[in-house]
Amino acid sequence: MAERVAPVPAPVGKVRLGLTTRLRAVTLRSEPIRGYALLSPTLGLMILALALPIGLLITFSFWTQVYLDFDRSFTFGRYIKFFTNTEYSKFFESWYWISLALAIPLFVPAFPWKRRLGALLIVGYPAIAFYLIGLSVEKAIYPMLLWKSIKISGAVTLATVVLAYPMAYFIAFHVKKNKLIWLILITVPFWTSYLLRVFAWKIILGYNGVFNSGLMSLGLIEEPFMFLLYSQFAVVLTLAHAWAAFAILPIYVSLEKIDRSLLEAATDLGDGPVARFLRVTLPLSMPGVIAASLLVFIPTVGDYVTPNLVGGTTGIMIGNIIQSMFGKANNWPLGGASSVISMIAITALICAFLWLTKRMKRQIA
Amino acid sequence: MSERSIISISNVSKYFGPVRAVDGLSLEIQRGEFFSLLGPSGCGKTTLLRMLAGFEWPTKGEIFIDGQPMAAVPPHQRPVNMVFQNYAIFPHLNVRQNIAYGLRKAKLTQAETARKVNETLDMIKLSGYGLRAADELSGGERQRVALARALIKQPKVLLLDEPLGALDKKLREEMQLELRALQKTVGITFVFVTHDQEEALTMSDRVAVMSAGKVLQIDSPTQLYEAPVNQEVAGFIGNMNFFDGLVRAIKDGRATVDVGPLGEIHALVNGPHVSVGAAVTVAVRPEKITSFSAPPNTEANVVQGVLDKTAYFGDRSHLYIRIEGLEKPIAVVAHNVARELEGSGDLNRPVWLSWPAEAVVLLPSE
Repeated sequence: MAERVAPVPAPVGKVRLGLTTRLRAVTLRSEPIRGYALLSPTLGLMILALALPIGLLITFSFWTQVYLDFDRSFTFGRYIKFFTNTEYSKFFESWYWISLALAIPLFVPAFPWKRRLGALLIVGYPAIAFYLIGLSVEKAIYPMLLWKSIKISGAVTLATVVLAYPMAYFIAFHVKKNKLIWLILITVPFWTSYLLRVFAWKIILGYNGVFNSGLMSLGLIEEPFMFLLYSQFAVVLTLAHAWAAFAILPIYVSLEKIDRSLLEAATDLGDGPVARFLRVTLPLSMPGVIAASLLVFIPTVGDYVTPNLVGGTTGIMIGNIIQSMFGKANNWPLGGASSVISMIAITALICAFLWLTKRMKRQIA
Repeated sequence: MSERSIISISNVSKYFGPVRAVDGLSLEIQRGEFFSLLGPSGCGKTTLLRMLAGFEWPTKGEIFIDGQPMAAVPPHQRPVNMVFQNYAIFPHLNVRQNIAYGLRKAKLTQAETARKVNETLDMIKLSGYGLRAADELSGGERQRVALARALIKQPKVLLLDEPLGALDKKLREEMQLELRALQKTVGITFVFVTHDQEEALTMSDRVAVMSAGKVLQIDSPTQLYEAPVNQEVAGFIGNMNFFDGLVRAIKDGRATVDVGPLGEIHALVNGPHVSVGAAVTVAVRPEKITSFSAPPNTEANVVQGVLDKTAYFGDRSHLYIRIEGLEKPIAVVAHNVARELEGSGDLNRPVWLSWPAEAVVLLPSE
């Protein structure tokens, strides 16, 4: 016979718990509180070292430089100055085009989002926007420099990701053992200083550099190539080399995470290597590609060391101007405004990029 | 290679370094049959299946599918499709896109593709699930999608790599019956890899029992269970009591075997290895033994022992009977016909076991 279990009597009155016990109970029960507790040192440092300077920067950007002092009255003057440094009218005329270009996505939902049209718009929209923005910034020096920086960084990002992808793919899929050694090898360039690496490229690309003198002594060219150093090409090459590891690692991680049986399933369902790559491997590694693109793009837009050393006059970027505003030109408010505008532009571009990749993913699928 | 076989494996070996995953294996799989490869993990069954799919290449030997040699056919051009062990559902695609994945080469119009996908969704009973994302599916649903994705290509052979292994027991039993019914409906040859002997017996037309890269026996489920060819097969399929014995006499197709501690056991002669004076292994299934608490009055084999321990399974109990001079106790399955709440009694009480000569299988001694 089974025994009947008597109900446990309910405790009489409330049990008083100590403060520490209650605190611990709260912490144990709440996942977010534990998360923030873990994060708090970092969060504190971030606020101190990041939010504060940015706050200052924004504050500066609404002031005016008066010789060695600031006029602290609130003004949008520096922002206007940024866009109107030269040929005021030309730039504002072209705003008409810019707003039109940027408004295109707003009309898109009105059309039936057909497969072909969608694909066309995804390629077409950035091209149109690209052309129109280029047209409108032609005569305004700061927007033009910002636009040029974005283009150079875009080229750097594209080059880095395209070159990093096969490398990451190789390590993820073809290196069977000692993957760690390969990953360490990728970081080897970081063992020397950033400046040294830039100077190394100077030696390679210079007028009498390794590349030119090598080609000359082989008799392949008579005159040294002039475009190698002090050009946008040199900036792109140097930056791409410097940031390669930052692109390889996230792509490698996302490729490594792909379940191998998914690739086998794609093959089993009739896909050759190319179709399989485009339909499974690439879409599944997109998070890595996006991370790599952002990791390379964001820091390189503002870089001023590399353009300063290998860029010459044509390779100058917005970072160089901002640096000089905080330095030789001694115009902190304009520097602040330029920084804020750059940040806004980069943020907008990244949002556009993320939106496009999301659309693109849907199109491929 | 006979006319009817869709797959012909001829003397195939696969070595991974010094390991012989598959070792000189030959077998024929008939058109339209449900064929299982059964064996413990590491016996080479999955390697064999992957060689059929084209993901591994044989070190030696030839594989023919529908009469065509597969030596130079890459996996994406083979007339077979596979259901993977973890289902390999594409996480970036929804159910419809997953199912339609393999139709790209067929160059169908959008309407035709949609119709085919709908039919297949109906077939696997997931009609309302087309737009679900892969991660919104349960294990059983993923399994169905994987099945649909492979079947929509109408392969000549469907390869299934332990597809039910990840499901819980109830769902697995349901899916077993469903898969079996589905196979009969579509008429496609299924090659099914499993380590679960019950699963293989329930579903298959024929089963190949594998061990260490070799096939031990290919037979129908009943033949495998009732007439295993050796101890390894007998031990792997279900449970079996083994005793070593010597054949003393043969008369009218009945053998008398001397099994030391059990005395003389009567059995049917079931092969040329049973001859007077030969050493044999006497094998009896636990459920074919009846236990009594008093000496039974019967002409069948009777031995006496002591109840060593019991294990209760609800519908049945396993009794283990210790016999003087025998190393392992004899396992007996007792079906719990009566509703007894007190259990099957005291340990160490005397028990008489009995089984007819027809229940005994004589295996070659090892």
